Amino acid sequence: MQPVAVLPVHKSIRVAAPPARAFEIFTAGMHRWWPRAHSLNPKVERAAVVIEPRVDGRWYERGVDGTECSWGKVLRWEPPARVVLGWQLDHTWRFNPAFLTEVEIKFFADGDATLVKLEHRNLERYGENAKTIRDGLDSPEGWMGGLQLFASVIAAP
Amino acid sequence: MPYPTAELTALASETRARILERLEGGPLTVGEIAAGLPVSRPAISQHLRVLEEAKLVLEEYQGTRHIYRLDPTGLRALRAWLDRFWTHSLEAFAAEVERDQPKPTPAHATRRRSTRP
Repeated sequence: MQPVAVLPVHKSIRVAAPPARAFEIFTAGMHRWWPRAHSLNPKVERAAVVIEPRVDGRWYERGVDGTECSWGKVLRWEPPARVVLGWQLDHTWRFNPAFLTEVEIKFFADGDATLVKLEHRNLERYGENAKTIRDGLDSPEGWMGGLQLFASVIAAP
Repeated sequence: MPYPTAELTALASETRARILERLEGGPLTVGEIAAGLPVSRPAISQHLRVLEEAKLVLEEYQGTRHIYRLDPTGLRALRAWLDRFWTHSLEAFAAEVERDQPKPTPAHATRRRSTRP
């Protein structure tokens, strides 16, 4: 299949802490800020979001009942300047070790604060499943169903 | 998973990325899409076919006008969803950093108090 163009998602935000602190809260403290509703296992209360602080470290969430759901892995670990995470949730919104898109987060000192720049790239890799996506659009088990479920969970009060 | 080489991907996707950027402003004819791009009209049409097959753009006829617009389904929807997802998540991150900052450490506060007469 020919590669399909999908622009990366780019985001940036200024946070009120030096890069080292921002990096630490982003990674080691992810459970403190990652929106609670953004969970692959919404039926179980989340106990932690873990990024193992090394290349090839796992990125996963753990429920209070001990169940773990993998999200991906660490591709680059360069505190306090950069971390690259492999986002391995495929078009069915499930962890797939054979699938990977990259989320790169860079931390730039900006006075007393930090400019955080995020890029989520390789989204065209979802295109390799374009047919599956199309077939699954109307299925509650499909990719779109998964996203809608996810979106409704997020929107819920 | 077999992916094309990075060079091939970039070469092919550069033009398509620019086509998608242009269509973000609204529906356009092939001529309007091609204007200013250093690529021939037939090449643009070929790129549009690839984008159409991937459900990224839709072909439509409005009277005599033959136009292309972004396909609201498929990959485009996923990208838009991720865009909102990261906005929401980074805002939560910034708020957490904000909460983390202003409070002095308890040790520091205690020491300060204890040095007062």
